[in-house]
Amino acid sequence: METPELFKDGKRLDGRALDELRPIRIIAGVLKEAEGSAFVEWGGNKVICGIYGPRECIPKHGASPYTALLKCRYTMSPFASLEEHGRTGPNRRSTEISKVIREAFGGVVMSGEFPKTQIDIYVDVLQAEGGTRIAAIAAATVALANAGIPMKDMISGVAVGKAGGQLVVDLGKAEDNYGESDMPIAFTHRDKEIVFLQMDGKLTPEELGNCIDSAMEASEKVYALQSEALRKSYEAEGGQELDI
Amino acid sequence: MGDEAKELVLKEVDRELLTNLLAQGKRMDERGLNDYRQVKVTKGVLSTAEGSALAQIGDSKVLCGVKYGEMTPFPDRPTEGVFMVMAEFLPLASPTFEPGPPSPYSIELARVVDRGIRSAEVIDTASMFIEEGKVLAIFIDLYVMDHGGNLTDTAALAAAAALSDTKVPKVVDGKIVRGDYVGPLKMPDKPVTSTFIKVGDKILLDPLRSEEHAADCQLTVGTIDGRVVCMQKSGAGSMKKSEVMECVDVALAKGKELRSYI
Repeated sequence: METPELFKDGKRLDGRALDELRPIRIIAGVLKEAEGSAFVEWGGNKVICGIYGPRECIPKHGASPYTALLKCRYTMSPFASLEEHGRTGPNRRSTEISKVIREAFGGVVMSGEFPKTQIDIYVDVLQAEGGTRIAAIAAATVALANAGIPMKDMISGVAVGKAGGQLVVDLGKAEDNYGESDMPIAFTHRDKEIVFLQMDGKLTPEELGNCIDSAMEASEKVYALQSEALRKSYEAEGGQELDI
Repeated sequence: MGDEAKELVLKEVDRELLTNLLAQGKRMDERGLNDYRQVKVTKGVLSTAEGSALAQIGDSKVLCGVKYGEMTPFPDRPTEGVFMVMAEFLPLASPTFEPGPPSPYSIELARVVDRGIRSAEVIDTASMFIEEGKVLAIFIDLYVMDHGGNLTDTAALAAAAALSDTKVPKVVDGKIVRGDYVGPLKMPDKPVTSTFIKVGDKILLDPLRSEEHAADCQLTVGTIDGRVVCMQKSGAGSMKKSEVMECVDVALAKGKELRSYI
Protein backbone atom coordinates (compact mmCIF):
# COMPACT_ATOMS: atom_id res chain seq x y z
CA MET A 1 0.00 0.00 0.00
CA GLU A 2 1.23 3.50 -0.85
CA THR A 3 1.84 5.57 2.24
CA PRO A 4 1.25 9.24 1.48
CA GLU A 5 3.69 11.86 2.74
CA LEU A 6 2.68 13.03 6.19
CA PHE A 7 5.05 15.99 6.32
CA LYS A 8 5.66 18.85 3.92
CA ASP A 9 8.60 21.23 4.39
CA GLY A 10 8.99 20.01 7.98
CA LYS A 11 5.37 20.74 8.85
CA ARG A 12 2.33 18.51 9.16
CA LEU A 13 -0.09 18.36 6.23
CA ASP A 14 -2.40 20.96 7.76
CA GLY A 15 0.55 23.17 8.69
CA ARG A 16 0.49 22.34 12.39
CA ALA A 17 3.56 22.00 14.62
CA LEU A 18 4.21 18.53 16.10
CA ASP A 19 2.59 19.38 19.41
CA GLU A 20 -0.17 21.61 18.07
CA LEU A 21 -3.85 20.78 18.48
CA ARG A 22 -6.37 21.30 15.72
CA PRO A 23 -8.77 24.21 16.35
CA ILE A 24 -11.32 23.17 18.97
CA ARG A 25 -14.68 24.78 19.61
CA ILE A 26 -16.96 23.67 22.44
CA ILE A 27 -20.49 24.86 23.19
CA ALA A 28 -22.37 23.67 26.27
CA GLY A 29 -26.14 23.48 26.66
CA VAL A 30 -27.16 23.33 23.00
CA LEU A 31 -30.11 20.92 23.38
CA LYS A 32 -33.38 21.73 25.08
CA GLU A 33 -34.74 18.29 26.01
CA ALA A 34 -31.57 16.69 27.29
CA GLU A 35 -30.58 17.44 30.88
CA GLY A 36 -27.13 18.38 29.74
CA SER A 37 -25.53 18.69 26.33
CA ALA A 38 -22.49 19.83 24.44
CA PHE A 39 -21.33 20.26 20.87
CA VAL A 40 -17.67 19.86 20.02
CA GLU A 41 -15.97 20.78 16.78
CA TRP A 42 -12.44 19.44 16.82
CA GLY A 43 -10.69 20.01 13.50
CA GLY A 44 -12.94 18.19 11.04
CA ASN A 45 -14.76 16.28 13.78
CA LYS A 46 -18.25 17.33 14.82
CA VAL A 47 -19.69 15.59 17.83
CA ILE A 48 -22.85 16.13 19.85
CA CYS A 49 -23.53 14.76 23.30
CA GLY A 50 -26.74 14.65 25.33
CA ILE A 51 -27.17 13.45 28.93
CA TYR A 52 -30.28 11.99 30.52
CA GLY A 53 -30.65 11.06 34.17
CA PRO A 54 -30.29 10.16 36.88
CA ARG A 55 -33.58 8.56 35.91
CA GLU A 56 -35.41 5.30 36.46
CA CYS A 57 -33.37 2.28 35.46
CA ILE A 58 -34.58 0.28 32.47
CA PRO A 59 -34.95 -2.66 32.75
CA LYS A 60 -35.92 -2.17 36.39
CA HIS A 61 -34.36 -5.45 37.55
CA GLY A 62 -31.01 -4.18 36.29
CA ALA A 63 -30.98 -1.43 38.91
CA SER A 64 -28.31 -1.45 41.58
CA PRO A 65 -29.13 -0.79 45.23
CA TYR A 66 -25.69 0.83 45.59
CA THR A 67 -25.25 3.11 42.66
CA ALA A 68 -26.55 4.66 39.49
CA LEU A 69 -25.68 2.65 36.39
CA LEU A 70 -23.69 4.73 33.97
CA LYS A 71 -24.48 3.94 30.35
CA CYS A 72 -22.92 5.23 27.18
CA ARG A 73 -23.91 4.96 23.56
CA TYR A 74 -21.39 6.29 21.05
CA THR A 75 -22.43 6.05 17.41
CA MET A 76 -21.22 7.36 14.10
CA SER A 77 -23.70 8.90 11.67
CA PRO A 78 -24.03 7.28 8.21
CA PHE A 79 -22.82 10.54 6.66
CA ALA A 80 -19.82 11.02 8.96
CA SER A 81 -17.06 9.94 6.61
CA LEU A 82 -15.85 11.12 3.24
CA GLU A 83 -16.13 7.57 1.96
CA GLU A 84 -19.33 5.63 1.27
CA HIS A 85 -22.59 5.87 3.23
CA GLY A 86 -22.23 4.05 6.53
CA ARG A 87 -24.76 2.02 8.45
CA THR A 88 -26.88 3.70 11.07
CA GLY A 89 -26.64 2.52 14.64
CA PRO A 90 -24.13 0.62 16.71
CA ASN A 91 -21.50 -1.70 15.26
CA ARG A 92 -18.54 -3.59 16.74
CA ARG A 93 -16.29 -0.54 16.72
CA SER A 94 -18.84 1.73 18.35
CA THR A 95 -19.78 -0.92 20.93
CA GLU A 96 -16.17 -1.12 22.08
CA ILE A 97 -15.78 2.65 22.15
CA SER A 98 -19.05 3.05 24.08
CA LYS A 99 -17.76 0.58 26.66
CA VAL A 100 -14.42 2.26 27.24
CA ILE A 101 -15.92 5.77 27.30
CA ARG A 102 -18.45 4.62 29.90
CA GLU A 103 -15.62 3.17 31.98
CA ALA A 104 -13.57 6.36 31.68
CA PHE A 105 -16.41 8.26 33.35
CA GLY A 106 -17.15 5.43 35.79
CA GLY A 107 -14.41 6.62 38.11
CA VAL A 108 -15.30 10.33 38.10
CA VAL A 109 -19.10 10.46 38.03
CA MET A 110 -20.37 10.18 41.63
CA SER A 111 -22.86 7.46 40.78
CA GLY A 112 -23.13 6.36 44.40
CA GLU A 113 -25.26 9.44 45.07
CA PHE A 114 -28.09 8.06 42.96
CA PRO A 115 -28.81 4.40 43.73
CA LYS A 116 -31.37 2.51 41.63
CA THR A 117 -31.11 4.96 38.74
CA GLN A 118 -29.25 5.19 35.46
CA ILE A 119 -27.38 8.01 33.79
CA ASP A 120 -27.22 7.93 29.99
CA ILE A 121 -24.44 9.45 27.94
CA TYR A 122 -25.45 9.65 24.29
CA VAL A 123 -22.72 10.76 21.90
CA ASP A 124 -23.19 10.99 18.16
CA VAL A 125 -20.44 11.69 15.69
CA LEU A 126 -21.88 13.86 12.92
CA GLN A 127 -18.64 14.31 11.01
CA ALA A 128 -15.41 12.42 11.47
CA GLU A 129 -11.78 13.28 10.74
CA GLY A 130 -9.79 11.08 13.12
CA GLY A 131 -9.89 11.33 16.91
CA THR A 132 -13.65 11.06 17.31
CA ARG A 133 -13.50 9.13 20.61
CA ILE A 134 -11.42 11.85 22.19
CA ALA A 135 -13.78 14.53 20.88
CA ALA A 136 -16.65 12.41 22.26
CA ILE A 137 -14.99 12.35 25.70
CA ALA A 138 -14.47 16.13 25.58
CA ALA A 139 -18.16 16.58 24.72
CA ALA A 140 -19.39 14.09 27.34
CA THR A 141 -17.43 15.73 30.16
CA VAL A 142 -18.89 19.13 29.36
CA ALA A 143 -22.40 17.70 28.86
CA LEU A 144 -22.29 15.84 32.21
CA ALA A 145 -21.23 19.01 33.99
CA ASN A 146 -23.89 20.92 32.07
CA ALA A 147 -26.45 18.39 33.34
CA GLY A 148 -25.36 19.18 36.89
CA ILE A 149 -24.23 15.60 37.54
CA PRO A 150 -21.67 15.58 40.36
CA MET A 151 -18.21 14.55 39.23
CA LYS A 152 -14.96 14.24 41.15
CA ASP A 153 -13.06 15.77 38.29
CA MET A 154 -13.21 16.76 34.64
CA ILE A 155 -11.77 14.52 31.94
CA SER A 156 -9.75 15.83 29.02
CA GLY A 157 -7.79 13.92 26.46
CA VAL A 158 -6.10 13.84 23.09
CA ALA A 159 -4.83 11.26 20.65
CA VAL A 160 -1.05 11.15 20.42
CA GLY A 161 1.14 8.82 18.43
CA LYS A 162 3.82 8.42 15.83
CA ALA A 163 3.46 9.42 12.20
CA GLY A 164 6.20 9.67 9.59
CA GLY A 165 8.73 8.76 12.28
CA GLN A 166 7.81 11.67 14.55
CA LEU A 167 5.82 11.85 17.77
CA VAL A 168 2.74 13.95 17.01
CA VAL A 169 -0.07 15.35 19.11
CA ASP A 170 -3.72 15.22 18.00
CA LEU A 171 -3.45 12.95 14.96
CA GLY A 172 -5.41 14.01 11.90
CA LYS A 173 -7.12 11.53 9.61
CA ALA A 174 -4.12 10.78 7.38
CA GLU A 175 -1.79 10.53 10.39
CA ASP A 176 -4.26 8.17 12.02
CA ASN A 177 -4.68 6.02 8.90
CA TYR A 178 -1.09 5.93 7.67
CA GLY A 179 0.94 6.74 10.79
CA GLU A 180 2.86 4.14 12.78
CA SER A 181 0.94 4.41 16.01
CA ASP A 182 -2.17 5.96 17.51
CA MET A 183 -2.77 6.34 21.22
CA PRO A 184 -5.94 8.07 22.39
CA ILE A 185 -5.58 8.91 26.07
CA ALA A 186 -7.54 10.94 28.62
CA PHE A 187 -6.68 12.23 32.07
CA THR A 188 -8.46 13.63 35.08
CA HIS A 189 -7.63 17.29 35.41
CA ARG A 190 -6.39 17.53 39.00
CA ASP A 191 -4.44 14.30 39.54
CA LYS A 192 -3.50 13.51 35.95
CA GLU A 193 -4.81 9.99 36.44
CA ILE A 194 -5.24 8.05 33.21
CA VAL A 195 -8.90 7.11 32.82
CA PHE A 196 -8.89 6.26 29.12
CA LEU A 197 -6.10 4.57 27.21
CA GLN A 198 -5.95 2.67 23.97
CA MET A 199 -3.05 2.18 21.64
CA ASP A 200 -2.21 0.50 18.39
CA GLY A 201 0.84 0.47 16.15
CA LYS A 202 4.40 -0.12 17.27
CA LEU A 203 6.13 1.91 19.98
CA THR A 204 9.16 1.40 22.17
CA PRO A 205 8.63 1.97 25.91
CA GLU A 206 10.58 5.27 25.61
CA GLU A 207 8.35 6.55 22.81
CA LEU A 208 5.32 5.49 24.78
CA GLY A 209 6.44 7.46 27.83
CA ASN A 210 7.08 10.54 25.70
CA CYS A 211 3.64 10.18 24.13
CA ILE A 212 1.98 10.15 27.55
CA ASP A 213 3.93 13.28 28.58
CA SER A 214 2.95 15.28 25.51
CA ALA A 215 -0.65 14.09 25.81
CA MET A 216 -0.75 15.34 29.39
CA GLU A 217 0.41 18.77 28.26
CA ALA A 218 -2.06 18.99 25.37
CA SER A 219 -4.94 17.82 27.56
CA GLU A 220 -4.47 20.90 29.72
CA LYS A 221 -5.32 23.05 26.69
CA VAL A 222 -8.43 20.98 26.04
CA TYR A 223 -9.41 21.35 29.69
CA ALA A 224 -9.15 25.14 29.44
CA LEU A 225 -11.54 25.13 26.47
CA GLN A 226 -13.96 22.81 28.28
CA SER A 227 -14.06 25.07 31.36
CA GLU A 228 -14.49 28.14 29.20
CA ALA A 229 -17.45 26.51 27.43
CA LEU A 230 -19.10 25.73 30.78
CA ARG A 231 -18.48 29.27 32.06
CA LYS A 232 -20.17 30.68 28.98
CA SER A 233 -23.15 28.36 29.39
CA TYR A 234 -23.78 29.72 32.88
CA GLU A 235 -23.76 33.26 31.51
CA ALA A 236 -26.18 32.43 28.71
CA GLU A 237 -29.77 32.17 29.79
CA GLY A 238 -32.02 29.44 28.38
CA GLY A 239 -29.28 27.49 26.63
CA GLN A 240 -27.07 28.33 23.70
CA GLU A 241 -27.47 28.30 19.96
CA LEU A 242 -26.41 25.03 18.29
CA ASP A 243 -23.94 26.57 15.87
CA ILE A 244 -22.79 23.58 13.83
CA MET B 1 -31.26 -8.24 41.07
CA GLY B 2 -29.92 -7.81 37.56
CA ASP B 3 -26.62 -9.19 36.36
CA GLU B 4 -24.84 -5.88 36.67
CA ALA B 5 -26.10 -5.48 40.22
CA LYS B 6 -25.04 -9.06 41.04
CA GLU B 7 -21.56 -8.24 39.76
CA LEU B 8 -21.53 -5.22 42.06
CA VAL B 9 -22.30 -7.38 45.12
CA LEU B 10 -19.61 -9.93 44.15
CA LYS B 11 -17.22 -7.06 43.61
CA GLU B 12 -17.74 -5.87 47.20
CA VAL B 13 -17.13 -9.36 48.62
CA ASP B 14 -14.09 -10.19 46.48
CA ARG B 15 -12.63 -6.76 46.95
CA GLU B 16 -12.59 -7.00 50.73
CA LEU B 17 -11.03 -10.45 50.56
CA LEU B 18 -8.37 -9.47 48.05
CA THR B 19 -7.53 -6.20 49.82
CA ASN B 20 -6.93 -8.11 53.07
CA LEU B 21 -4.76 -10.66 51.29
CA LEU B 22 -2.76 -8.00 49.46
CA ALA B 23 -2.09 -6.26 52.77
CA GLN B 24 -0.32 -9.47 53.83
CA GLY B 25 1.54 -9.55 50.53
CA LYS B 26 -0.58 -12.40 49.14
CA ARG B 27 -3.10 -12.83 46.39
CA MET B 28 -6.02 -15.21 46.04
CA ASP B 29 -3.94 -18.15 44.89
CA GLU B 30 -0.69 -17.18 46.61
CA ARG B 31 1.15 -16.36 43.41
CA GLY B 32 3.57 -13.44 43.15
CA LEU B 33 2.07 -10.19 41.83
CA ASN B 34 3.82 -10.56 38.47
CA ASP B 35 3.42 -14.31 37.99
CA TYR B 36 1.35 -16.11 35.41
CA ARG B 37 -0.61 -19.20 36.36
CA GLN B 38 0.35 -22.39 34.57
CA VAL B 39 0.35 -21.82 30.81
CA LYS B 40 -0.33 -24.58 28.33
CA VAL B 41 -0.62 -24.36 24.57
CA THR B 42 -1.62 -27.22 22.29
CA LYS B 43 -1.42 -26.62 18.57
CA GLY B 44 -3.13 -28.43 15.75
CA VAL B 45 -6.11 -29.64 17.76
CA LEU B 46 -8.58 -29.46 14.84
CA SER B 47 -8.16 -31.07 11.45
CA THR B 48 -10.95 -29.12 9.71
CA ALA B 49 -9.40 -25.71 10.31
CA GLU B 50 -6.32 -24.42 8.46
CA GLY B 51 -4.81 -23.68 11.87
CA SER B 52 -5.87 -24.23 15.45
CA ALA B 53 -4.70 -24.10 19.04
CA LEU B 54 -6.02 -24.51 22.54
CA ALA B 55 -4.51 -22.11 25.05
CA GLN B 56 -4.92 -22.45 28.78
CA ILE B 57 -3.84 -20.03 31.45
CA GLY B 58 -4.83 -21.48 34.80
CA ASP B 59 -8.44 -22.56 34.44
CA SER B 60 -9.16 -20.33 31.45
CA LYS B 61 -9.44 -22.14 28.17
CA VAL B 62 -9.69 -20.55 24.75
CA LEU B 63 -9.77 -22.46 21.50
CA CYS B 64 -8.79 -20.67 18.31
CA GLY B 65 -9.64 -21.85 14.83
CA VAL B 66 -8.22 -20.23 11.72
CA LYS B 67 -10.16 -20.62 8.47
CA TYR B 68 -9.38 -19.26 5.03
CA GLY B 69 -12.02 -17.90 2.68
CA GLU B 70 -12.36 -15.87 -0.51
CA MET B 71 -13.64 -12.34 -0.30
CA THR B 72 -14.13 -9.08 -2.16
CA PRO B 73 -11.36 -6.74 -0.92
CA PHE B 74 -12.13 -3.47 0.82
CA PRO B 75 -12.45 -0.68 -1.78
CA ASP B 76 -9.58 1.36 -0.31
CA ARG B 77 -7.22 -1.66 -0.35
CA PRO B 78 -8.18 -3.55 -3.52
CA THR B 79 -5.07 -5.75 -3.66
CA GLU B 80 -4.80 -6.69 0.00
CA GLY B 81 -6.17 -9.72 1.77
CA VAL B 82 -8.37 -9.37 4.79
CA PHE B 83 -8.31 -10.87 8.25
CA MET B 84 -10.74 -10.60 11.12
CA VAL B 85 -10.88 -11.71 14.70
CA MET B 86 -14.16 -12.72 16.35
CA ALA B 87 -14.75 -13.95 19.89
CA GLU B 88 -17.56 -16.18 21.02
CA PHE B 89 -18.22 -16.32 24.77
CA LEU B 90 -19.82 -19.76 24.86
CA PRO B 91 -22.60 -20.09 27.43
CA LEU B 92 -20.88 -23.23 28.74
CA ALA B 93 -17.85 -21.16 29.76
CA SER B 94 -19.40 -19.32 32.69
CA PRO B 95 -22.71 -19.01 34.56
CA THR B 96 -22.67 -15.32 33.62
CA PHE B 97 -22.46 -15.96 29.85
CA GLU B 98 -25.79 -16.16 28.10
CA PRO B 99 -26.67 -17.12 24.55
CA GLY B 100 -27.38 -14.14 22.32
CA PRO B 101 -25.64 -11.39 20.39
CA PRO B 102 -22.02 -10.65 21.32
CA SER B 103 -21.59 -8.65 24.52
CA PRO B 104 -19.43 -5.52 24.65
CA TYR B 105 -16.89 -7.64 26.54
CA SER B 106 -16.51 -10.21 23.76
CA ILE B 107 -16.35 -7.47 21.13
CA GLU B 108 -13.68 -5.65 23.12
CA LEU B 109 -11.65 -8.83 23.58
CA ALA B 110 -11.75 -9.66 19.88
CA ARG B 111 -10.82 -6.12 18.89
CA VAL B 112 -7.88 -5.95 21.30
CA VAL B 113 -6.51 -9.27 19.99
CA ASP B 114 -7.13 -8.02 16.43
CA ARG B 115 -5.22 -4.78 17.11
CA GLY B 116 -2.24 -6.74 18.45
CA ILE B 117 -2.03 -8.91 15.33
CA ARG B 118 -2.63 -5.96 13.00
CA SER B 119 -0.10 -3.65 14.67
CA ALA B 120 2.55 -6.36 14.78
CA GLU B 121 2.08 -6.73 10.99
CA VAL B 122 2.42 -10.50 11.25
CA ILE B 123 0.01 -11.32 8.43
CA ASP B 124 1.30 -10.37 5.01
CA THR B 125 -1.99 -9.23 3.49
CA ALA B 126 -0.30 -8.27 0.19
CA SER B 127 0.43 -11.98 -0.42
CA MET B 128 -3.29 -12.76 -0.20
CA PHE B 129 -4.32 -11.22 -3.52
CA ILE B 130 -6.01 -13.73 -5.86
CA GLU B 131 -7.30 -11.72 -8.83
CA GLU B 132 -9.03 -8.41 -9.41
CA GLY B 133 -11.97 -8.15 -7.01
CA LYS B 134 -10.94 -11.26 -5.11
CA VAL B 135 -8.59 -11.79 -2.17
CA LEU B 136 -8.00 -14.39 0.51
CA ALA B 137 -9.54 -13.79 3.89
CA ILE B 138 -8.38 -15.26 7.20
CA PHE B 139 -11.05 -15.75 9.84
CA ILE B 140 -9.62 -16.03 13.34
CA ASP B 141 -12.34 -17.31 15.66
CA LEU B 142 -11.81 -17.41 19.40
CA TYR B 143 -13.99 -19.81 21.36
CA VAL B 144 -13.97 -19.05 25.07
CA MET B 145 -14.73 -22.37 26.77
CA ASP B 146 -13.86 -21.84 30.43
CA HIS B 147 -13.71 -18.49 32.17
CA GLY B 148 -11.14 -18.57 34.92
CA GLY B 149 -10.13 -14.94 34.52
CA ASN B 150 -7.79 -13.13 32.13
CA LEU B 151 -9.52 -14.24 28.96
CA THR B 152 -7.69 -11.60 26.92
CA ASP B 153 -4.21 -13.06 27.40
CA THR B 154 -5.50 -16.60 26.94
CA ALA B 155 -7.26 -15.59 23.71
CA ALA B 156 -4.27 -13.65 22.33
CA LEU B 157 -2.05 -16.63 23.06
CA ALA B 158 -4.52 -19.00 21.36
CA ALA B 159 -4.65 -16.71 18.31
CA ALA B 160 -0.86 -16.40 17.98
CA ALA B 161 -0.47 -20.17 18.42
CA ALA B 162 -3.22 -21.00 15.92
CA LEU B 163 -1.71 -18.61 13.35
CA SER B 164 1.70 -20.20 13.80
CA ASP B 165 -0.01 -23.55 13.16
CA THR B 166 -1.76 -22.29 10.02
CA LYS B 167 -1.20 -23.78 6.56
CA VAL B 168 -1.90 -21.62 3.54
CA PRO B 169 -4.39 -23.33 1.21
CA LYS B 170 -3.70 -23.84 -2.46
CA VAL B 171 -5.63 -21.56 -4.82
CA VAL B 172 -6.49 -22.88 -8.29
CA ASP B 173 -8.49 -20.87 -10.83
CA GLY B 174 -9.34 -18.28 -8.21
CA LYS B 175 -10.70 -20.85 -5.79
CA ILE B 176 -9.37 -22.40 -2.59
CA VAL B 177 -8.70 -26.13 -2.90
CA ARG B 178 -9.75 -27.45 0.51
CA GLY B 179 -7.32 -29.83 2.13
CA ASP B 180 -4.46 -28.91 -0.22
CA TYR B 181 -1.79 -26.56 1.09
CA VAL B 182 1.15 -24.61 -0.33
CA GLY B 183 2.97 -24.33 3.01
CA PRO B 184 2.89 -22.79 6.46
CA LEU B 185 1.71 -19.22 7.02
CA LYS B 186 4.82 -17.08 7.46
CA MET B 187 4.71 -15.31 10.78
CA PRO B 188 7.63 -13.01 11.54
CA ASP B 189 6.45 -12.27 15.08
CA LYS B 190 4.09 -13.66 17.67
CA PRO B 191 2.08 -10.92 19.32
CA VAL B 192 0.85 -11.76 22.84
CA THR B 193 -0.77 -9.68 25.55
CA SER B 194 -0.22 -9.26 29.26
CA THR B 195 -3.14 -8.09 31.35
CA PHE B 196 -2.88 -6.37 34.71
CA ILE B 197 -5.48 -5.29 37.24
CA LYS B 198 -5.18 -2.49 39.73
CA VAL B 199 -6.57 -3.02 43.21
CA GLY B 200 -6.01 -0.03 45.48
CA ASP B 201 -2.36 0.82 44.89
CA LYS B 202 -1.34 -2.72 43.93
CA ILE B 203 -0.94 -4.04 40.40
CA LEU B 204 -1.37 -7.74 39.64
CA LEU B 205 -0.59 -9.70 36.49
CA ASP B 206 -2.89 -12.42 35.13
CA PRO B 207 -5.96 -11.93 37.32
CA LEU B 208 -8.21 -14.77 38.43
CA ARG B 209 -11.91 -14.36 37.81
CA SER B 210 -12.43 -13.41 41.47
CA GLU B 211 -9.52 -10.96 41.33
CA GLU B 212 -11.08 -9.34 38.26
CA HIS B 213 -14.20 -8.81 40.36
CA ALA B 214 -12.20 -6.86 42.86
CA ALA B 215 -10.31 -4.72 40.36
CA ASP B 216 -10.55 -0.95 40.02
CA CYS B 217 -9.42 -1.20 36.44
CA GLN B 218 -7.52 -3.34 34.01
CA LEU B 219 -4.72 -2.68 31.53
CA THR B 220 -3.82 -4.96 28.65
CA VAL B 221 -0.44 -4.48 26.97
CA GLY B 222 0.22 -6.33 23.72
CA THR B 223 3.87 -6.93 22.82
CA ILE B 224 6.28 -8.33 20.30
CA ASP B 225 10.02 -8.41 21.01
CA GLY B 226 10.96 -4.97 22.40
CA ARG B 227 7.84 -3.19 21.15
CA VAL B 228 4.39 -2.47 22.47
CA VAL B 229 1.77 -3.20 19.80
CA CYS B 230 -1.50 -2.47 21.56
CA MET B 231 -2.91 -1.25 24.81
CA GLN B 232 -6.35 -1.11 26.28
CA LYS B 233 -7.44 0.23 29.62
CA SER B 234 -10.82 -0.96 30.79
CA GLY B 235 -12.83 -0.65 33.97
CA ALA B 236 -13.83 2.43 35.89
CA GLY B 237 -10.65 3.16 37.82
CA SER B 238 -7.58 5.10 36.79
CA MET B 239 -3.82 4.63 36.57
CA LYS B 240 -0.82 6.87 36.86
CA LYS B 241 1.74 7.21 34.10
CA SER B 242 4.31 5.45 36.31
CA GLU B 243 1.95 2.50 36.78
CA VAL B 244 1.35 2.22 33.05
CA MET B 245 5.11 2.28 32.38
CA GLU B 246 5.68 -0.40 35.02
CA CYS B 247 3.06 -2.62 33.34
CA VAL B 248 4.75 -2.04 29.98
CA ASP B 249 8.12 -3.22 31.35
CA VAL B 250 6.64 -6.35 32.91
CA ALA B 251 4.60 -7.07 29.76
CA LEU B 252 7.71 -6.90 27.56
CA ALA B 253 9.49 -9.41 29.82
CA LYS B 254 6.49 -11.69 30.24
CA GLY B 255 5.76 -11.59 26.51
CA LYS B 256 9.00 -13.51 25.90
CA GLU B 257 7.91 -16.11 28.44
CA LEU B 258 4.46 -16.51 26.81
CA ARG B 259 5.93 -16.81 23.31
CA SER B 260 8.11 -19.67 24.51
CA TYR B 261 4.94 -21.79 24.96
CA ILE B 262 3.95 -21.40 21.30
